[in-house]
Amino acid sequence: MRFVDEYRREEDAQAFVRAIRARVTRPWTLMEICGGQTHTLLRSGIDRMLPPEITLVHGPGCPVCVTPLTQIDRALAIARRPGVIFTSFGDMLRVPGSTTNLLSVKAQGGDVRMVYSPLDAVRLAEQNPGRQVVFFAVGFETTAPANAMAVKRAKQLGLPNFSILTSHVLVPPAIEAILSSPQNRVQAFLLAGHVCAVMGTSEYGPLAARYRLPMVVTGFEPLDLLQGIHMAVCALEEGRFGVENQYTRTVTAEGNRPAQAVLAEIFEPCDRAWRGIGVIPKSGYRLRPAYAAFDATARFDVADITADEPKECIAGEILQGLKKPSGCAAFGTRCTPEHPLGAPMVSSEGACAAYYLYARAV
Amino acid sequence: MGCSMCLGVPGKVVKIEPSAVDMPMGVVSFGGITKEVCFAYTPEVVPGDWVLVHVGFAISKLDEDHALEVFKTLKELGELGELDVPQPARSS
Ligand code: SF4
Repeated sequence: MRFVDEYRREEDAQAFVRAIRARVTRPWTLMEICGGQTHTLLRSGIDRMLPPEITLVHGPGCPVCVTPLTQIDRALAIARRPGVIFTSFGDMLRVPGSTTNLLSVKAQGGDVRMVYSPLDAVRLAEQNPGRQVVFFAVGFETTAPANAMAVKRAKQLGLPNFSILTSHVLVPPAIEAILSSPQNRVQAFLLAGHVCAVMGTSEYGPLAARYRLPMVVTGFEPLDLLQGIHMAVCALEEGRFGVENQYTRTVTAEGNRPAQAVLAEIFEPCDRAWRGIGVIPKSGYRLRPAYAAFDATARFDVADITADEPKECIAGEILQGLKKPSGCAAFGTRCTPEHPLGAPMVSSEGACAAYYLYARAV
Repeated sequence: MGCSMCLGVPGKVVKIEPSAVDMPMGVVSFGGITKEVCFAYTPEVVPGDWVLVHVGFAISKLDEDHALEVFKTLKELGELGELDVPQPARSS
């Protein structure tokens, strides 16, 4: 397929690996932020092709993984209500709450439906005026404009039976949290290309300057990732810092202005808990007061529901790049994709599931 | 496969319907499979363009000239001799 297959050619991948090998003189630790990139790195075996000096650690960029247990329990409580149609991207259906998951609620008679686009949920609300339609609005900056547009559309249509359970996360505050930790070992970042397609790159310049490290906006195909790693290694070896863009076919410095405008109209930043990491200031979105009527947490009165993470899971250290999944005592034994203890095992983009799936360092 | 919240899939715009409420909808072909897509965030796009689609929204127009940059870089690296490093076999 155009714009896909040409970035997967094995001989070109090997050429980049040789170029990286030619430049590297000492150990470097790089972090890719996005779970989609983690998955590609492992599936295509890039982690095994790189010279041993380069360590890849996997960042917190899987929105499924970092959605707190509390929020999942709230989703489950709403989905169980009679008269509710609970809609979600497919990725969230298997994520375990404290006692069950959305698929089990569906099996027990709850009306849980997977949607491709948040606009499909708005359409369901139009078609079912007698039912409450709730959309589980999860995602990074890439997905937030789509979810914002669903709310804007529902308001335009005057739909009283549509609401969203918001669980958005933002990348720059998470990077800041990782870099400001005294234990930090990340020396360069591969930035999530699709997040930057929406937000542009201007948020990252000040971070790269303050912590004096390179950040490379990177795409999702194997050649994109290898070129991104090559650019980061060249910058590290030359002592350069700042933001560079590997993914120019998709990302511009200013990003997507119309999407940013709708985001700013519908959402405002708020403090947000990340599963396994804790609260990061101003790292999430909530609905602005003008759109508060579309907030499912208030509509269904679930704000009181809270839950504690399983003690054994070291997701926090995994998501900050401090440990690899194989460093968790439960990995592959008490915790598997069939019986996940923590969220990095439940989503196929989570670092633990990707390591399990591609049999890394078991 | 892949997380719906990271995934962006390149596709070719087949048609776009005008819309009164700033929410133009259209059709994008992904290697023959077509889907309904919202173009509110890419008003500049016309049929025949390539776009990146994420959860039913076109979020950016793909730049065909920049799409070749990876390969240009590889060629330059070849000319610099950086691709000629012998590869030792890895033990693991
Ligand atoms: S292997 Fe399971 S228990 Fe261990 S960190 Fe990963 S998700 Fe948590």
